[in-house]
Parts: sequence; C-alpha cells; structure tokens
Amino acid sequence: MESKRASFEGALEALGVTVSSTAESELEAAVTEAVTEPAVGIALDETVGDEAFSLTETPVTVDPTPVALREATTGVTGAELGIGDYGSLVLSMTEAASELVSLFVERHVAILHEEDIQPDMDAAVAELDERFNETGGSAIIATGPSATADMGALVKGAHGPREVHVIVVEESV
Amino acid sequence: MATADEIRELMRTEGAAVAENTQGFNAGRYDSVADLKDYEELKQAARSIKEDAIEELPDLLDQLTDTVEANGGTVYIADDAADANDYIRNVVDERAADRVVKSKSMTSEEIEVNDALEADGVDVVETDLGEWVLQVADEAPSHIVAPAIHKSRESIAELFNERFDPEEPLETAEELTRFARKKLGEQIIDAEVGITGSNFITADTGTMALVTSEGNARKTVAATDTHVAVAGVEKVIPTVGDLHPFIELIGRSGTGQDITSYVSLLTPPVDTPVVDFTDDETPLSAFESDRDFHLVLIDNGRLEMRDDDHLRETLYCIRCSACSNSCANFQSVGGHAFGGETYSGGIATGWEAGIEGLDVAEEFNDLCTGCTRCVNACPVGIDIPWINTVVRDRINREKDTPGEWLVDGLTPDEEDDGAPLQKRFFGNFETVAKLGSATAPVSNWLAGTTLSRRAMDRILGIDPRRDLPTFERETLVDWAASRDSQVAEPERRAVLYPDLYTNHVQVERGKAAVKVLESLGVDVVVPPAPSSGRAPLSQGMIATATDHAERVTETLGPHIEDGRDVVVIEPSDHAMFTREYERLIDEAAFTDIAENSYEVFEYVYGLLDNGASIDSLSTVKGAEIAYHSHCQQRTLGLEAHTVAVLEDCGYDVVTSDVECCGMAGSFGYKSDYYELSMDVGDRLRAQLRDDGVQDRPVVASGTSCLEQIDALLERQPRHPIELLAT
Repeated sequence: MESKRASFEGALEALGVTVSSTAESELEAAVTEAVTEPAVGIALDETVGDEAFSLTETPVTVDPTPVALREATTGVTGAELGIGDYGSLVLSMTEAASELVSLFVERHVAILHEEDIQPDMDAAVAELDERFNETGGSAIIATGPSATADMGALVKGAHGPREVHVIVVEESV
Repeated sequence: MATADEIRELMRTEGAAVAENTQGFNAGRYDSVADLKDYEELKQAARSIKEDAIEELPDLLDQLTDTVEANGGTVYIADDAADANDYIRNVVDERAADRVVKSKSMTSEEIEVNDALEADGVDVVETDLGEWVLQVADEAPSHIVAPAIHKSRESIAELFNERFDPEEPLETAEELTRFARKKLGEQIIDAEVGITGSNFITADTGTMALVTSEGNARKTVAATDTHVAVAGVEKVIPTVGDLHPFIELIGRSGTGQDITSYVSLLTPPVDTPVVDFTDDETPLSAFESDRDFHLVLIDNGRLEMRDDDHLRETLYCIRCSACSNSCANFQSVGGHAFGGETYSGGIATGWEAGIEGLDVAEEFNDLCTGCTRCVNACPVGIDIPWINTVVRDRINREKDTPGEWLVDGLTPDEEDDGAPLQKRFFGNFETVAKLGSATAPVSNWLAGTTLSRRAMDRILGIDPRRDLPTFERETLVDWAASRDSQVAEPERRAVLYPDLYTNHVQVERGKAAVKVLESLGVDVVVPPAPSSGRAPLSQGMIATATDHAERVTETLGPHIEDGRDVVVIEPSDHAMFTREYERLIDEAAFTDIAENSYEVFEYVYGLLDNGASIDSLSTVKGAEIAYHSHCQQRTLGLEAHTVAVLEDCGYDVVTSDVECCGMAGSFGYKSDYYELSMDVGDRLRAQLRDDGVQDRPVVASGTSCLEQIDALLERQPRHPIELLAT
C-alpha cells in the first residue's frame, strides 16, 4: 500500500501544489528557497519547541505589521495536519494571526511535520473532533490554492493565495 | 408558471451558459464520486445524521445555544425574515458600521438582508465573485452554488467594462478575477461587519463549517470585528465528527470537485486578531482578537416543514446543487425558470412550498418531470420527485375545477377532480387509450385533423407540433387471448404486464416480448390489467394513482400467488411497481409486487444467467446498434442488463449518457414545454448523430423515449426486445 506521505504528495501534485522536503536542521534553508520576497511569517518555535523554527535566519519577516502583510508576496505558516487522500492542509487559527498570513498573500508556504500527515479525511476529522471538544478552536481545511469559476473559466487565485508550497519536515531517524 | 415565451427567451439568452456549466458539474460529479470507494456508505451516513438531527432538532438547538453562549457568542432564533433582519440591522447599527461584507449565503438571500441593511444606509458588499457580479448587474442567482452560472465570460466583461471603465478593457477570466479581487479586497479590509452563511453547525462545540473556494468567507470573518452567521435552523448537527461524510460528499455532489479549496471549521468568535490594515508599526500579534459573534438561526417555516410528513425531507438538503445539475430540464433553462424566490432546481419545490407557499412553488413545479435522475445524485437520498409530486397534488387541490364538458368522460376518478383540465387529460390517459383502440382507425384519423389539433392545443394545451400516438385496433391482451401458449414444459411462468402503451399503441413490442420469453422456456399470460397509475402520478393526482396501484396489485396478486413472475416492458411502469408504489400502497402489497417484478431485459438476463440458451434468440455477428436507456430504469440500475443481453446476442452497443430524452411522459406534448422538451432532446440527438453512431439503428426502452427519438431522428427507433424475437 502507498505510504501516507506518497499519497499526500501525489494529491498535492494533482492540485498544482509544489512540495519540498527537509530535515529539521535544514529548515531555514528550505524556507529561504521556498519563499518569494517580500515574505512574512509566523514564528513556529513556540509550538514546535525548536529554535530553527523561529525563522530568524531566513528572509521572512516574522510577525509583520498589517501594512507589511499587505505588501508581502509570500506568507509562511505551519500546518497542523496533512490529509493523505485529498492533499489538504489543516491550518489552525492562532492569536499570532496565522490565518491572516496564510490568506492575504499571493503565495502560501506551509511547513508540515511528516508525522502529522493523516491517511485520510476520516482520521483528520476524528482528530479535529477530539481537539475541538477538548480545547475548542478553529481550523481551515485548505486544499490547493484559492480558486473561482465565477468569471467564465477556472482561475487559480481568487481572494486567497494563487500558489501553495508545502515543506515537509522529515522525521528524524 | 413560466410560459412558453418566457422559457424560449431564457433558453435563448441564458441557455448556452447554463447548459455548459451544469453539464460540466454533472460530469464532474460522476467522475468524482466514482473515485470514492465508500460513496454509498457515506451517503447513508449523511442521510442518517440528518434524519436524526431533524428528529432531535429542538434539543440540538438548545444545546447549540448553550454552547455558543459559553464560547462568548450570541444566538438569536428568528421566527421569520423580518425578525431576522430586525436583529441583524440592530447589530450593524450598534456597531455603527458603514460597510458590511458578505460571503455567499442562500439563507441571507432568502431573508433579503441586503435590502434591509441598504435601507438603513449601510453599504453591503457581496464578496463571492459570482454574487458580486449579480450585485453589480442587479440580477438574481440562477443556481444555488454557482449563482452567476447563466452569465458568460463575455457578458461579465461587458458588464465590468461598462460599469467600472477600467484603463485597459477586461477580457479574460483571469483579468476579470484579478480586477474583482483587488476591488473587493480593498472593501473587505475596510468593513466592520462580516456576514457569512453556514453549511453545518455542530451542537457539541458550536463549530460552523463553511464550504468555499475563493477565500472570501475566510477574509469576511478575519478582517472584521463583528461576525454575523445566518443559517436555517436545519443546519445544526450533533458533533464535529458528524461533519466527516458531508466534507467528503458536498463538493463531489455539487460541482464535481473532490473537495473545495477551503472548508472553514470556525468556532466563533475566532482567535485571529482584529487588525488595522493601515497600521505599519504594530505587529499582528499585538492586536487583540476582540470580536463579537452573532449566530442568527432562522425558522421561516422550517419547523412547520419538520411536522409535515412529506416536506420534512427537504430539511435534510445540504444545498449541494446535485439535483439541479443532474436535471435535464434545469440544464436547459437554469434557475431563473426552474426556481422560486430564492431556491432553484428540483429540491426548490420543497423549500419554496415550505418557506414561501404553494403559489411560489407552482410557478416552476411542473418543470420536474419525475425522471428521478436526481435521486441517486442527492448525497442525502432525498426523494425529490416525490416532494414535487406531493406539492403538485396540493396545488391541484387548491385550484377551482373548470366545469368543462370534455373532462367528465375523461376523469372517472372522483377523488382527483381538483386537477386542471390538461393534467386530468394526461392523468386519465387510460380512458383515452381504451377509447382510441376501440374506435381505431377512425380515432386516429379524427385526432390527426387540423381542427382536432387546434382544439387540443386550445383546450388541453397539447402542442400541435407533436405527433400523436396511433392506437392499434387489436390490443396486446386481445392478441394474447386468441393464441395458446407455445411452451409445453415451462422452466418458469410469468405474467407479462400489458402497460398502456404496449397494449394499445406499441403492440408489436409486446408480441415480441411474449415470443422471446416463450423461446426461453417461459409460460406467459397477458391478462387485462389496469394502467399502473404512472400517468396520474406524474400530474400530481396521488389519489387516482393510488387507486390504480390498488387495482393493479389486486389484478396481479393472484398471478404472483400462483407462482408467476411479473414482467414489465415499460420502464416507467416497472419503476412504479418497484419504487413509487411504496408510497401508495401498504407495505405487504408493495413488497409482494416489488420483489416479483422484473423489467423485461432484467428478466431475460436472469433467464440466460440461469441456463437458458442464447441460441433460442435471434443473434447477430457484431451488428452495430445505439441504445438509449430510460431515466427511471437507469435510476434503478437496470441499464446494464439490456446492454449485456444485446452484447451476448452479438451486438456492438453504444449507449447514450444524457440524463433524460426530454419527453418525460406527457411533458413534451404540452404546448408550454414543447420547445424545452426538444431542447433537452437535442442533446440526445447530438449523441445519436456522433461519429460512429450516426448510422447505427437506435433502440430505446421507454415509450416516451421512443416517441422523442422518432421526432428527433430520421431513423425510426425500436424497443430492443424486438431485436431478440426470432
């Protein structure tokens, strides 16, 4: 059987979402390569507990001002889960404004830990069910770039990002 | 009711865009659900969650109210549109908002909240691109998911160029989208209040699911400090876990996408900080997430629908649009004809009857022909044709009876004297057919005269451009009675049901069926039997149809008890026995007839599968043939049997894949719908004229389909059973 990760990456490809992978230690280089400047982002070190995730050694402006956000091309955030059969990302909403950074940009770069890839929607919803019931909260199941067919043909990039890139942080052996 | 002129005009102006888009969605649905290995299980799960939720609705509403309030939001349950609008106006007023941005919500269309807020001087901006196009154009949605489906790219470009006069004229979909994104983006960050709908709300956590693709709903919530969610009371489901089947089904069933770009699962008020988008000093995280949330749940007739045994199912609807996209008539006219005040497509009859009243449902209810193609497409298994039938029956009963002399002889059933003249004529077609055969060929000559056709057009609304059926003097029953069984030691025994058309009009196919069955070792009888009730049912004459159903089961019952199988040639009658009768007669009688009835090719397939020899039939070596199955036959999963048998007999079979031929019983005969019927038929004609198909003889299972194909093509079609008879 196809691994969760292979199925996830296959689904992303079908959606036109690009993927790169990295070891934790090389994350900053991977982020630097993935962004188109100007780039803004959310520091992930608090949730992940690893200094590399602070993004300080990258071109990303962490915790930008609203004006910097509007002027940015790329927004970098974490993704809570990946969903193997759909190529979806589960984006949480935090007080650090990850929702704004993943939404008000042309290019969204999402950082996902390989172990957070769920095999399918059923498993992902079950996990959200548990979390929402324990601690409340909100999440976006985001699949591919924003899109519309309302103008007479399918166009990628409606109100939200036009491009999505996923950085898979590989499990350390 | 839309007149022939209105329908013609809509087909001319909007038909092409509607057809292209709906057929694209519909084809996408077939592809997308085929990839889902547990599709049927997911549909059953979704259905069962909705059934239970509507059953437990009062308790769930109490639980949801407690949950949302504990989360820091406010719940308001509005009795009707005015009540809801008063509440929302007050929220907007207290916030002192100049601008409200909205994401797409059919429920907000239903209550017309835009008008209410605009009357207060508030700038209301629709942010869904399709809704915004309509707001700019001042038009109404024509589809519940893709509201501007009737507008082409060219017409949108023309609208924008005229209204906004951009430096460079806009042309491509990409340019139009960029332009709208920029313009709306500026308005969104400047708004105080965001109004969204909600596809589902869970009572356990107060989480609402919003199914979108553009990202405007996310922005509408994230960029404003006051969030108002407007939803019908029926949107509440018990738990977050219950969202699972709906997330997998809603996009696939609607626009044929496996999933839309964004499924927002919001437990408001959300944590995203409320920022000042002009601030270039303060980091995002330094802003507070100080946000008000109001959940406005709307009754507006829904709780009465819950108490109505026939309309209740409407409340299971998740507004996916599968019933619109899979509907042959909708594909031609769209929601401006096939829709009411707010909702469109087959399920709209339920919504509009429950929310607005029968008078609104009456305006478009006739456009449902009962073809049942939406039934399997609906992710929550709503019997949409039945809702349309019930509402038609109620509309009939509200009408005054016209005291036309002509009708009395045609409506022997006292129960249904409420139906209008045309409906009573078609509903009692059995009487016409009996009279037609008894007096043939004189009846055929008389019916064909110019004077008669003019009278039929004027009095009964029968379009003079349609050929009328030609009645045979000798019915199938008479023919069968005059001959002996040809089978000495039968393998099985059957009663061939003499449906109205086979018995009086297409007698040859009946004879062919008898011969085919006999050559496969079946002893066949063809007793006189009442018509199935299909004709009155399709006119909304439920009491008359029930009377037919009771008489049919009384007639066939003794044969079934005697060990005979019931074999049916006409698929719409077979569907009555195995599907619609469940609504009309008691459970035991229904089970008896449903379990013992077979569509004729289903039966032949079974005989061959159980050892009967194909050599007993007329076979060919690779002869090419085109086959059009019947809508109700396909819904019951019985197209494959005909194809398999024909292939076994050596035919090279190409099948059509249109949802319906457009004739649909009496529908195509009616003056108001003749042109629509032919427009639907054009899609079948195109398939039958495709390369590699254009020279093939055509066979079709349904009487209506045969009549329609006869009108569409030079080639005269036949019932496939006629190919098998030796």
